[in-house]
Amino acid sequence: MREITYAQAGIEALAEEMRRDEKIFHLSTDAPGPLIKEFGESRIRATPIAESALTGMAIGAAGSGYRPIVDWRQVTFAFVAMDQIVNQAAKIHYMFGGQTSFPILYRAGVGGGGRSAAQHSQSPYSMFMNMAGLKIILASTPYDLKGLLKSAIRDNNPVISFECNRLGGMTGQVPDAGDDYTIPIGKADIKRTGTDITIVALAWQVHEALAAAEILDKEGVSAEVLDPRTLVPMDVDAIRTSVRKTGRLLVADEAGPTCGASAEIAMLVTEDPETFRALKAPPKRVCALQVPIPYSPGLEDHVFPERNRIVAGAREVMEA
Amino acid sequence: MDIAPEKQRDMLRQMQTIRRFEERASDDYHAGDIYGVVHCYIGEEAVAVGVCSHLTDDDKIISTHRGHGHCIAKGADLNRMMAELYGRETGYCKGKGGSMHIADFGIGMLGANGIVAGGLPIIAGAGLAAQMDGQGGVAVCFFGDGASNAGPFHESINIAAKWKLPILYVCENNLHSAQTPASKTLAQDDVAARAAGYGIPGVIVDGNDIFAVHEAAAVAVARARAGEGPTLIECKTYRWRAHTERPGQPDQRDPAEIEAWKKTDPIARLVDHLKTRQGQFSDEEFEAMDAEILGTIQASVEFSKASPFPAPEAALEDLFAD
Repeated sequence: MREITYAQAGIEALAEEMRRDEKIFHLSTDAPGPLIKEFGESRIRATPIAESALTGMAIGAAGSGYRPIVDWRQVTFAFVAMDQIVNQAAKIHYMFGGQTSFPILYRAGVGGGGRSAAQHSQSPYSMFMNMAGLKIILASTPYDLKGLLKSAIRDNNPVISFECNRLGGMTGQVPDAGDDYTIPIGKADIKRTGTDITIVALAWQVHEALAAAEILDKEGVSAEVLDPRTLVPMDVDAIRTSVRKTGRLLVADEAGPTCGASAEIAMLVTEDPETFRALKAPPKRVCALQVPIPYSPGLEDHVFPERNRIVAGAREVMEA
Repeated sequence: MDIAPEKQRDMLRQMQTIRRFEERASDDYHAGDIYGVVHCYIGEEAVAVGVCSHLTDDDKIISTHRGHGHCIAKGADLNRMMAELYGRETGYCKGKGGSMHIADFGIGMLGANGIVAGGLPIIAGAGLAAQMDGQGGVAVCFFGDGASNAGPFHESINIAAKWKLPILYVCENNLHSAQTPASKTLAQDDVAARAAGYGIPGVIVDGNDIFAVHEAAAVAVARARAGEGPTLIECKTYRWRAHTERPGQPDQRDPAEIEAWKKTDPIARLVDHLKTRQGQFSDEEFEAMDAEILGTIQASVEFSKASPFPAPEAALEDLFAD
């Protein structure tokens, strides 16, 4: 094991898979330098700023035997390719009766905190969750990112990897380079065990929830922090099992609450009779405020949840 | 260009098959056996057949909402096509796609597409794959005048031109974008003129002349296979029927315009050519060919009617590949 950044873990995942399978190639408006050096410009292609075209090209190439990777950079830019994502990539396997597979990895930065204002500070993964036919991963650590990306590249379906911008420089323990490991898509991870409340946290919020759990621990509240890691398919069994054990649920998400992943998680818990009966308090969400993300630091920080709001939310659930 | 008489007859047979298939699809749609929406290709048959006559199963095409003709020209199975329209489990998409989503990846037919301009980026990826394969494969994008106004057209052609992808951009300019005349939407009358902006050949042909289409496609396919890049071919043509078969959407086109275009019927022109220029084809032979085609269409309907509907719970299958 050694300590590398989240961003480096992503690069390593791609490089290791590209060495393993020559059918993999990469499209993005800015080609990643370290990968060009090893794999050349025919496999690491810099494209025009034409996200609709390169998103769709991945579909056509995948249907022709390749395993393309498209890096949208920021999810912001995926919005100009929505036809190709929603009408084409998500539906093409199903709509054509499963004739052939479309192994594609799409990557997109999400999240705020960069003082980048509304268009470049978004976490719209629930919009994509709503479209049947896309698998969606959301890694919170370098270890998880590398293992999930490797699984995504080997998956025979379009997979979107949403990667929180706040995590890019975060370091974590990852097996030595070339030490092959994968993390299965659809499997949650309990990042901290506890007995009094389950905090389901997404991406950056995992780290805030872990910090919050330390504060709560001093108050005598034992919090379990569960990281779904994959949003589609969601590991509903893991979430329900944890909530049945603790009897309480708090969901922490950097996205807004309306029709969000947090809403989905809360409903998956409450609509299950056995889990519902185990609840000792109503579930609660700690999310971004439902506004476009503002620029000025005081404004932006006010919008996002962080450890103190998670602590406050957990106290409310404990006292309810 | 010399085309062997036998090949000309094959092309005629394909064009007539498309026409008879569309007539039957329309009839059975109005009879309630085919659901949703059907867009007929009648009148434009020479485009699909003239282009696809140069292709093998290793070459790829992508189609539009008006896609039956492209499927047939690429060699799709009529039974599985009709069964798809009938919503049966023996259809190409097991009843999940219908008229607008017929695909056959086994013969390089990457699908009809319900979104105008939706196929342009996808076929660019198939063209890139063909280029990376290095086996001389080509990719063909069929689209309409309407798609040429959409962003993906420009994004895709720019990349294809820059990367010299082996692609034919075949515009079926039938003078109408759904209900709106192209004269109200195109900044310039000719879609082919846009090729100049990307530094690729832009060719205008009479899309109702199978020989003109065939010849333009021959040049473009040779250029693509030689690694010289894409070509934009604009085929001036016309659809005889309304935009869709859906009732309650009256055809707003001038009836005189429709009648004038019917006089340039690509099938009648080829029959006439075979009879008068080749001198080795008769009305009787054409009637016999037509009867045989009608038999295959009837057989496809019987196949469809004899095929089961998919089990309702099959709606949950094929969401993801293994």
